[in-house]
Amino acid sequence: MGKFLVRRLVNYLVLIFLATSFAYLLAASTLNPRVNYEQLQPKPSQESIEMRLDALNLNDKTPLAQRYGTWLAGVAQADLGRTVEDKSVNEAVARKAGVTLRLIVLGTIIGCTTGVAIGAYSAVRQYKAFDKSATAAAFFVLAIPTVVIAVALQVLAAWFNRATGTQFLQYGGEYTANLDAGFWGMLLDRMQHGLLPTATLAIALFAAFSRYQRNMMLDVLNADFVRTAMAKGLTRRRALIKHALRTALIPTVTYFTFTFGILLAGTTFTEKIYGWKGMGAWVVDSIVRNDVHAVAAVSLFMAVCVMAASFLSDILYAWLDPRVRVS
Amino acid sequence: MTSTDTRTGTQTPVRENRGENTPVLEVSDLFVTFPGAAKAPDVQAVRGVGYELRSGEVLGIVGESGSGKSVSSLATMGLLPPHAEISGSVRLHGEELLGLGDQAMARKRGKAISMVFQDPLSGLTPVYTVGDQIAETVQVHNQALSKGDAAKRAVELLELVGIPNAAQRYRAFPHEFSGGMRQRVMIAIAIANDPDVIICDEPTTALDVTIQAQVLEVLKTAQRETGAAIVMITHDLGVVAGFVDRVLVMYAGRAVEVGDVDDVYYRTRMPYTMGLLGAVPRLDLEERTPLVPIKGNPPSLTALPPGCPYAPRCPLVKDACTESEPALYQVGASTHAAACIRAGEIEENAWTAADIYPLPELPEDAEAAVPRAEREVVLEVNDLIKHHPLMKGAVFKRRVGTVYAVDGITFDIRERETLGLVGESGCGKSSTLMEILSLQAPQRGTVVVLGKQAGGMNARQRFAVRRDLQVVFQDPMSSLDPRMPVFEIIAEPLRTHGHSAPSVRSRVNELLTVVGLEPAHAARYPQEFSGGQRQRIGIARALALDPKLLVLDEPVSALDVSIQAGVINLLEQLKVELGLSYLFVAHDLSVIRHIADRVAVMYLGKIVEIGDVESIYATPAHPYTQALLSAIPVPDPEKERARTHILLEGDLPSPANPPSGCSFRTRCPKFTILDPAEQEACLTTEPGLEPVAGDDQAAACHYAEARVVV
Amino acid sequence: MSLSAEHAASDGDKGTEAGPGEPRVSGRWSAVFREMLATRRVVVGIGLILLLMAAAWIGPLISPWEFTERDFASFREPPSPEHWFGTDNTGKDVFVLTMVGLQKSIVIGLLAALLTTAVAAVVGAFAGYFMGITDKALMWITDLMLVLPSFLILAILYPVLRGQGWLVFVLLLAAFAWMVTAKMVRGMTISLKEREYVHAARYMGVSDTKIIFRHILPNMSSLLIVDATINVSGAIIAETALSYFGFGIQPPDVSLGSLIATGAGQALAYPWMFVFCTGLLIVLVLSANLIGDGLRDALDPQAKSRRR
Repeated sequence: MGKFLVRRLVNYLVLIFLATSFAYLLAASTLNPRVNYEQLQPKPSQESIEMRLDALNLNDKTPLAQRYGTWLAGVAQADLGRTVEDKSVNEAVARKAGVTLRLIVLGTIIGCTTGVAIGAYSAVRQYKAFDKSATAAAFFVLAIPTVVIAVALQVLAAWFNRATGTQFLQYGGEYTANLDAGFWGMLLDRMQHGLLPTATLAIALFAAFSRYQRNMMLDVLNADFVRTAMAKGLTRRRALIKHALRTALIPTVTYFTFTFGILLAGTTFTEKIYGWKGMGAWVVDSIVRNDVHAVAAVSLFMAVCVMAASFLSDILYAWLDPRVRVS
Repeated sequence: MTSTDTRTGTQTPVRENRGENTPVLEVSDLFVTFPGAAKAPDVQAVRGVGYELRSGEVLGIVGESGSGKSVSSLATMGLLPPHAEISGSVRLHGEELLGLGDQAMARKRGKAISMVFQDPLSGLTPVYTVGDQIAETVQVHNQALSKGDAAKRAVELLELVGIPNAAQRYRAFPHEFSGGMRQRVMIAIAIANDPDVIICDEPTTALDVTIQAQVLEVLKTAQRETGAAIVMITHDLGVVAGFVDRVLVMYAGRAVEVGDVDDVYYRTRMPYTMGLLGAVPRLDLEERTPLVPIKGNPPSLTALPPGCPYAPRCPLVKDACTESEPALYQVGASTHAAACIRAGEIEENAWTAADIYPLPELPEDAEAAVPRAEREVVLEVNDLIKHHPLMKGAVFKRRVGTVYAVDGITFDIRERETLGLVGESGCGKSSTLMEILSLQAPQRGTVVVLGKQAGGMNARQRFAVRRDLQVVFQDPMSSLDPRMPVFEIIAEPLRTHGHSAPSVRSRVNELLTVVGLEPAHAARYPQEFSGGQRQRIGIARALALDPKLLVLDEPVSALDVSIQAGVINLLEQLKVELGLSYLFVAHDLSVIRHIADRVAVMYLGKIVEIGDVESIYATPAHPYTQALLSAIPVPDPEKERARTHILLEGDLPSPANPPSGCSFRTRCPKFTILDPAEQEACLTTEPGLEPVAGDDQAAACHYAEARVVV
Repeated sequence: MSLSAEHAASDGDKGTEAGPGEPRVSGRWSAVFREMLATRRVVVGIGLILLLMAAAWIGPLISPWEFTERDFASFREPPSPEHWFGTDNTGKDVFVLTMVGLQKSIVIGLLAALLTTAVAAVVGAFAGYFMGITDKALMWITDLMLVLPSFLILAILYPVLRGQGWLVFVLLLAAFAWMVTAKMVRGMTISLKEREYVHAARYMGVSDTKIIFRHILPNMSSLLIVDATINVSGAIIAETALSYFGFGIQPPDVSLGSLIATGAGQALAYPWMFVFCTGLLIVLVLSANLIGDGLRDALDPQAKSRRR
């Protein structure tokens, strides 16, 4: 088992390296930070622009391979370079990664669990009212881009706040700046801010997972082993929960890996729309600002996240399914 | 669950002489209908079945696929999907079960009435250990029992059904068990709470014969231990013969004949039962006669015509048969009844299957007289080896061993000869086929097809040899591309080998006629045909290029008995008419006996015995051949009761890790009675094929000894 | 069953009269077609899409306003008999804008889905059929593509290639969407190639490429069709997302995504600039999903057993 996991990890590292390199090369060859300086008022002298670009390893007059080498050497020493504003990328990542991770983890947990639960129950109640309404809801949500969900929730929250005359639902930023309300007050404030963005992610995930889990559950609903369990003397309900659902969870774990990339993209919109200063919002800003190193750093972060999700689902898979355990 | 349907059963219950004990299970007038989806018609799966089962009695329910035998038992257990409409009555100890809620029914299931299912592969939950699954059965009916006690009981049960090292194997997962062992676990689950009735739904169908013999033995033990009455559902008339007291034959959702097993087998009164018994290839009869083919196919259960459902296939049909569906009439013994209006006539004239069914004339092979040695060799396999690496791991596969799938086999096939290659699953017979068909150079040894050596040919020569070497597969469902009409399927080899369009067309029509189909069938798709017809299409495709050698991979094992007979007869006829040679792979030794001239028995990648059919079936010399032949149940109750089966220990060893010396020694009954000095040879030296007794018989055993076992 | 047999029999008579080389209307496909139409979701979905297409292409023709035309008398006016969906910041007619955007979204969705599915089918089938080194290489590329942050790459690349027109955008969308389908196709190929009819074809000397295109891909056509429909909605949503951040369709072209992007910021104040395009987008994606889901039930024999 250990050896198997190590091999897997090595494979992941190679993929992460390639993905990040590709993103760097792409960004370095297409984004043009020079423009940022040329547009400054007053326009700096040609020499000082060259100097600044050289210092940041962003000069398009330096061969791409050389810039890549320099960048790579930095990365090898855990230095992701400087942003176009000459700030440390490392520090920015450290600040922003947490924001995104909090959002992803919470959204995933809430979205997946409700999705799985509702999907499984819909399968059991196939073609009954519950199934029909859950299916309709999932279909509707699946047809709405995350952007629209986020905007719609904002609109609803504004309406809610106006109707109740409070500021209970917050939809700007991650917390109220300069708030001094003690630990619990701060926590409440963060929760108020976090509710809508988390809900945005969770709703999209819920729709996908409830559909998938429903199909998986339907596949095992009439499986022979469920019949065996009932023949033993289990009631249908118990046989379904203990035998069918447990088995139907296995493919869902793999599905999680596939949806994770989409989830990451969803995070980008959520952060951007709700004004969270996370990795997703950063990448959009960085592309606009021609910030090569920031783009590469976000790619690295995303690749690591995808791989971590895939690794997690491998472990979950092995834990859930004795058939793939390697002794 | 029960519909308030007030259909009147057309069946008059059979008067039975009731013993002092009342029936444990009483099923009467059972109807099951599956409403069709959307606008599809309803399927009437069971149409008025009734039987009584007394304590300790064994009842066999026999029927082909789609006869409603499984559905009726699932209805009894309350395990049909909720949308099934069930009516009639099922009484357990006098208590009505139909209409009980899920809760109440759950308390009966697994406690008073339990079930062993057909497919042990999918029947156990893959994610729980076998021990836990047995313990769950114990605990669900004894809530007070502690987890530890339930586990202890589970281990006892595992021991009872013959799982070695039960305490350790408790923690094994289903996928770590072989099919036979899984079926033992299923039996353990069924008997865990000492039920009064055990329903066994094709419990041995998915298993090899030697394993089937073991499992039947376990079932007998289980019955002794629990004293339960057993309902044995099967399509295998041999299994029923030796195992049950009474038989109920089902056709198109109804009982068509019921009675004591001897009455049904020896004094058969329903033409369908007669046909079934006549269609089974027999291991125990001296001479080979053509099998009784039952024409046509079982009727669709959606739109049954009025009258006897068997009428369209029955040789004794007269006008009255199509007017109304006959009830079960008593014939002969008071317990014997048949649903045929001509049953009385059959009884009076003492007709047998041979009397009422027109037997096909098999053409005589004029050239059979030519001695074997003088005929041309069409296939020569010499010391063939196929080893493949055993891989483990999901992403990075690594080699953890070698599977000795085919391990040095030698045989040849002459012109107009059929060689049967038999063995249980995993013995390497299919690998042998694939190796021959690939026409690539083997890892070791040689394969010579019609004088051309595999591996020594260039692409064009190989392409040419493919014309003479064709294959018919086992599964008529998967051997024809479902997206192609029959015409395209049969035309594919012709087009691939460059026939012109007009010649393709006439050839396809000709081929369809040859295999007993009509040219008008060419535009249909495979799924519109029955299994037997599909197999005929497969044969037509194989014959398209006028091959000399046909390789047949279990061509009839997926077919029902009545259909199988027709296909076997066709193959025999084609062989003579077209001068073909067959390499016929099968696990069913009765079929091989019927069709083959010579037979080779494989075990763990090696041929352990080879020779002409008569010698080997009469006096097998290798202990494995003896065990195989002995394990096959014969559809003759008296013979079957008198026989003692040689039971083999355990499962087939892994082909990745074969035993030293003689690979059969770990399960060999002979090995155990040898003294240690004699055992030495078996342990160290691999026996070669040595001629024994007859002129054409050789066995790979140090202590080969001819013996009569059938 | 008996009905279809009769139907096929009458087909058969025609079939034998016609030459074997001629394509024939197959009983099977018409059966599938009937099945499709029997599934309500499919009918509703197809109906909605046809309606949307009709609106998208006919709408601008019957509207009194031209796509580029500005009404300098009305900026950000709510819907009125004159401007059915109101006007935008520059006085353009929102109805015409939305319909033209809808055209673009539909075309992008269909094209990208077609390309995605084709690439996925070929990559998956070759990997699964040949296994070994082909499989390793193709699957490795697939894994790599899955790890690459596609949104980011599209966002960087498209502005550079913008000059080549929106077809490049379709290519890019497809290039980053085929991986999951390819993996499914591969899995299915692995099981299909062990089917006996594939063995039979191989043993009669049919070449590997022919086997893939004649026996393997047609037999997963249901998966491919279903997936293509799902990919339509995937592509439309991806387009919206990219356009929202200004990385997608660029002016003067408009798509539903770019319209939503302009409208979202003013959703509260001028809802007509947001509601109509968003609503149409939802209906469009919803109907594509309905067709896909309905087809899965109609075409996939396994799924069929689920229905009663």
